[in-house]
This record gives sequence, C-alpha cells and structure tokens, in this order.
Amino acid sequence: MKVVNKTNQTKNPFLPEPARIVRMYPLTEDVKFFQVRLVDIEKSLSFQYRPGQFAMISVLGAGEAPFSISSTPSRPGLLEFCIRQTGTVTRAIFNLKENDLIGVRGPYGNGFPIEKMEGKDILIVMGGLGAAPLRSVLLYCLDNRDLFGRVILLHGAKRPAEMIFLQEFLDLKKRSDLECYLTVDQDDTGQWVDNVGVVTTLFPQLKEINPNQTVALVCGPPVMYKFVIQELLKLNIPKDQILMTLERRMKCGVGKCGHCAIDYIYTCLDGPVFTYWDVIHMRELI
Amino acid sequence: MKIVKLKKENLHPFLQAVSQDAELWAPVRLSNNKHSFQLIDDFSKIDLDYTRTILPPRKLFLPPEFNMFQASFQGYQEDYSHVTPKVLFGVHPCDLHGLLIFDQFHRQAFEDPYYLKARENTLVFGHSCWPDEYCFCQSTHTHIIEEGYDLFFSELDDYYLVWIGSSEGDDCLRLTPELFEESISEEDIKSYIAWQEKRNRAFQLHINFVSMPDLMELRYHHPLWEVLGQACLSCGSCSMVCPTCNCYNVNDHPVLGKNYSEIHRCWDSCMLENYSAVAGGENFREKRSQRLKLWYTHKLQAYISKYGKPACVGCGRCLVTCPVDINIYTVSRALEGEQVDAFWNRLANEVKQ
Ligand SMILES: Cc1cc2nc3c(=O)[nH]c(=O)nc-3n(C[C@H](O)[C@H](O)[C@H](O)COP(=O)(O)OP(=O)(O)OC[C@H]3O[C@@H](n4cnc5c(N)ncnc54)[C@H](O)[C@@H]3O)c2cc1C
Ligand code: SF4
Ligand code: SF4
Ligand code: FES
Repeated sequence: MKVVNKTNQTKNPFLPEPARIVRMYPLTEDVKFFQVRLVDIEKSLSFQYRPGQFAMISVLGAGEAPFSISSTPSRPGLLEFCIRQTGTVTRAIFNLKENDLIGVRGPYGNGFPIEKMEGKDILIVMGGLGAAPLRSVLLYCLDNRDLFGRVILLHGAKRPAEMIFLQEFLDLKKRSDLECYLTVDQDDTGQWVDNVGVVTTLFPQLKEINPNQTVALVCGPPVMYKFVIQELLKLNIPKDQILMTLERRMKCGVGKCGHCAIDYIYTCLDGPVFTYWDVIHMRELI
Repeated sequence: MKIVKLKKENLHPFLQAVSQDAELWAPVRLSNNKHSFQLIDDFSKIDLDYTRTILPPRKLFLPPEFNMFQASFQGYQEDYSHVTPKVLFGVHPCDLHGLLIFDQFHRQAFEDPYYLKARENTLVFGHSCWPDEYCFCQSTHTHIIEEGYDLFFSELDDYYLVWIGSSEGDDCLRLTPELFEESISEEDIKSYIAWQEKRNRAFQLHINFVSMPDLMELRYHHPLWEVLGQACLSCGSCSMVCPTCNCYNVNDHPVLGKNYSEIHRCWDSCMLENYSAVAGGENFREKRSQRLKLWYTHKLQAYISKYGKPACVGCGRCLVTCPVDINIYTVSRALEGEQVDAFWNRLANEVKQ
C-alpha cells in the first residue's frame, strides 16, 4: 500500500547546531559572558542575524532556553551571550567550561529594524541584563558609524559591581562619536566617577534631542520601562520610534509551542522587538 | 470530485485490504460508553455510531508525549518513531477541519517535521455524523468538508457514498475495485440530499461567531472574566480535548544507563498555572482569568482576525469536558451580555460563596 514511509525532506527546525564555548568569564556576580563558535566552520562564518534576535541554547541533559545574541553581525564568526543564572538550563550552562559543547539554533525573532534606523539618531537606554540585546545594536551602529546620526547610550545598574560590560563601556566612553552616560542607583565603592541615580536621572544631561529624527531602543527590567518611556514621551519621540524588546517564556522559538503567545501574536516570531505603539495597542504586552 | 458507492457489508473487507501494511485506527466504544480512536486489531470493535471521541485525532500525529531526539555528545538523532504508516478511519467533518487548521499551523513559518511526517504517512478516511445537543459545527461552517481527507464515507441506509479526496484515496479503491460500484443512481442522489437537509435541521446549538472578535475586544476588561476565572479549576482539560490546541512543553530526560538524553515533547495547556512563568519569578498570567482570556482570544478572536474563521470547529468537546461548564458556548453567551443564563447565575453564586 502507498501508506508506507514517505520521506519528508523538511529540515528539522528543532535540531540544534553543535557549538563550542570559546571563552567564558563572569560579568557580574550572577551573569557570565559566553563566546561560542559553531563547530561547523562554514555554518559559523555564514551565520547571519540581526541585532535584537535571539538563539535557543541547549545543554545536554538540562534543556534549552532563549538568549539574546549580544554580539554584532558586523563581526562574524563568534556569537556572544550574557547569561544570568536563574534555573536549570542557566545553572547547567554556568557549570560548563571553555571548550565544552552546547547546542545553538536560530537566529529567531524579528530583531531591530536596522535598515529603517539608518540616518536616524539612535538613543539606547539599557538597564541590567537589557544590555544583552542592546549591546548588539550598539556595536552594530559603532561598526557602521557613518550610517547613523548621533549614537547615545544610557546605561544603568544598581551598583557598579552589577554593571554588565562596565569595562567595555568605560572604554567606549572615550569615543567622541558616542555620547555615553553611565549611572548606578547606589555607589557602594566610593570609586564611581559617573552619575549616581536611576537611569531617568540621565535624561536632563542629554544634549537637545530632535525627536522625529530619533529612534529610542529600550531594554531592562520591567520597572524600568514605565519610567523610561515617560521620559521618551516627554522628549516627544513618536511612539512608533520607541522600540523595546520583551521577555516571554519560550520553549521552541519557532512559533509552535505556544508559550510566548500574546493576544494574536507569537513573541518568538513577531517579537521580541516591539514599538511602544504595539505595546499600548496590544493588550498584555507589558 | 469522484464519488463511488460501497455496500456496508463491503466495508470491513475494504479496510482489511487498505490496512495490510499499516496500522488501522478507528473509533471504539470504551467501557464508560465514551469513544476513542484506537488501534484496531479486530474489525468488530470499530463503532461508527459515535458523536465525538474523548481526544481529537491530533493525538495520532503529535502524541501526548513523544521523543524528538536522542541527544548525546556524538550528536542529535532525530526520533520519528511515532511516525508509522496509518489508516485513520471514521473521522467526522469537524475533526477533519481541526486537522486542516493543524496542517496550516504546522506548515507556517517553520515547518514542523514531527507533525508533517506523521500526517503524510497517514491515510485519513472521513465519516458522516449526526449532531447531538452539544454540536454546533454548523455555526463554524465545519459541518461539511471538501478537503483534508483521502476518502470520505457518507452513510446512507445500507451503503456509503464514498468521496475520493486525493490521489492516494483513489489508489486505495484500486486495491479492491470489485467492492465498489461506479454508478450512482438518481435515487441515491435524492436520498443523500434528503439526509443532508434533515441533518441541517438537526442542529440544536448555534453560536454567533461573527461578533466575537469585537466582543472579545469590547469586553476585555469586563467582570465576567473574574467570575469565570474564579470558577475555573485550571485543570487544562479544555486544551487537551480541543482539536485546535497546539501548545506543548519540552523536557530533557537523561536515560539511565545510557550516554544519551531523550528530549520529550508533551502536550501543555495555557490554562495551567506556570504556562507563562519566566525566570525571576515573573508570571505574565498568574490569574486564571488572564489565562482564560488567552484561551478564548485564540479561539474567538485571533484566528478569526487572521484567517476569517474561528479556531473552533464546533466539536463540542469543551462543552462535555469542562467540570465547571466554562466552554465556548457559555463564554460566547457571557460575551454577548447574557447574564440571566442559569449557568451564569450558578457560577456567580458559587463564586460569591
Ligand atoms: C527573547 C529572549 C531573550 C532572552 N535573553 C536573555 C539573555 O540574553 N540573557 C539571559 O540571562 N536571559 C535571557 N532571557 C531569559 C532566559 O531565557 C531565561 O533566564 C531562561 O529561560 C531561564 O532558563 P532556566 O532553565 O535556567 O530557568 P528555569 O529552570 O526554566 O526557571 C527559572 C525561573 O523561571 C520560572 N519558572 C520556570 N518554569 C517554571 C515552572 N514550571 N513553574 C514555576 N516557575 C517556573 C521560575 O521563576 C524559575 O525560578 C531571554 C528570554 C527571552 C524570551
Ligand atoms: S473550542 Fe470547544 S467546541 Fe471548539 S473546537 Fe475546541 S473543544 Fe471543540
Ligand atoms: S475552563 Fe474548565 S476545562 Fe478548562 S481549565 Fe478551566 S476548569 Fe479546566
Ligand atoms: S516560543 Fe514556542 S511559540 Fe514562541
């Protein structure tokens, strides 16, 4: 009978690509930085993604979870992630060593509309682990510096020790083509030379913003969004030029498991980047 | 479409012939009088006198739990052991529509090989049905079916009109051409039309889906959701029985004594408490009312907005399954502002107590 095994050539979208941890080191007490390279060198060099996209990372025996790609596609070959230890998968990743194997599949999600951002002033506001996706777009803008207008970075952390990529951002601060503002809620070291206060206290320090010409990118802990968005609206930045990346539970990354559903969209396909207009237009986004 | 005739006494010989090299699955009456699609080893167990099975046929394509990979440091082995050649017989139009929705869902964006391979290795034979008081597929326009099956058996008196829906279906008939009659008489046509008209009048339950997307929007913050939320047990049964629910979870299972893990995919429900929980203790849908809204947004609004039809095929399973009578009918009535309903009063009273 004809029922017998037909072979379907569909590529399995759930199949991870083996990747090796090239380098890993702590960024803060509970966040580690990972540099990984796909084992297949051709795939590694041709892995294309856009800032703001994420990958599913798997650890054998522990499971799989979504993480933002922190590196920039303008520097191909290595993928970078910053990962906070919170549960089963992240604990397992933390226990790995350099040269160990993990699984990677992706990239997934919509990412930032970088083409549409060209020619615009880019205002990046990050708090805590929000640096993970936003570092990608920041490095992308700096690597393609002449495609963008002003590039402004506001980065906040609770304490200096909790500032992700502190050294990297201190170095970037020296660049004249980047307006970089760092702040901590509290300085418990006595050594902090930059601003003290929540990230919104940086806004009065900004040089005049041309709102229609500005695209603002925001990512941080849930509490941060509310206050930062108020500031951005005060600056008259149009609602659809305020972009944010959101977190949801994700089990598949490819629009099948349903876990990331919001209203009628799947965050893993239609997000995780949304405009502020999407957020007020769609219930439940934040 | 080609249509042939099959005498009822020839059904088993035909099924025998098509299931030579394949598993035959068909509705079977369980001891509790409910029906279930089961693997058939004895044709006499097939019971076509049924309204709905407990679980929809999607369980054959994506089983409640199955292994996706054997994963080891040597690599990932895809496991398609749930994909076996099957003949699925006796599927009603609503469930065929459920499969069509599943087909589309698993083809869009990223193709899901676990579903598609299973679907491609299964011959699906539909069967006509008669509505009970919980069926409302007329309202969802899923009481008739034009695609998605290989053969469809319309039962009339002592014979079937068999609709051939695919080239594979046609091949099946060629296995035992002697069992089928090519000529369909004027008489047959008349009795088919009479049957259809009678069936059209037999539907007792109707839901007006047209206004549902607007009502979901307009009553999104209505207190009705709190009442329903307090009554809901968060048991997830409604998702398990619904032909269009697709949510699943993934778990790693290290295999004892072996150097590999199995990566299992198992049915999940957005009605369960931790469905939307994320790291850091945040849960985007902590309240039952929020989870109910998601479920009903999927059924009554999202799909209609995207594809012009609801993600409900009118099978009535949630009506017969939910222990507290929260179902597509009662929720749509509540959305229509129907609060005098006995159901509603009862729920509201229960919640007050
Ligand atoms: C698009 C996207 C990008 C992301 N980017 C990053 C990133 O760059 N860096 C980063 O560190 N994280 C990122 N995350 C978050 C990251 O995916 C989670 O931290 C990760 O999934 C945690 O996995 P885990 O197995 O370690 O934790 P789990 O073991 O799954 O659980 C961690 C926590 O989740 C909750 N939880 C999970 N399951 C249950 C359950 N069954 N019952 C109750 N509570 C439960 C609990 O609060 C628990 O403490 C991102 C998430 C998304 C969606
Ligand atoms: S919502 Fe209820 S009636 Fe509609 S398809 Fe699902 S289980 Fe059947
Ligand atoms: S609506 Fe009914 S079946 Fe669904 S989870 Fe609530 S109590 Fe269970
Ligand atoms: S993560 Fe599975 S559907 Fe989005």
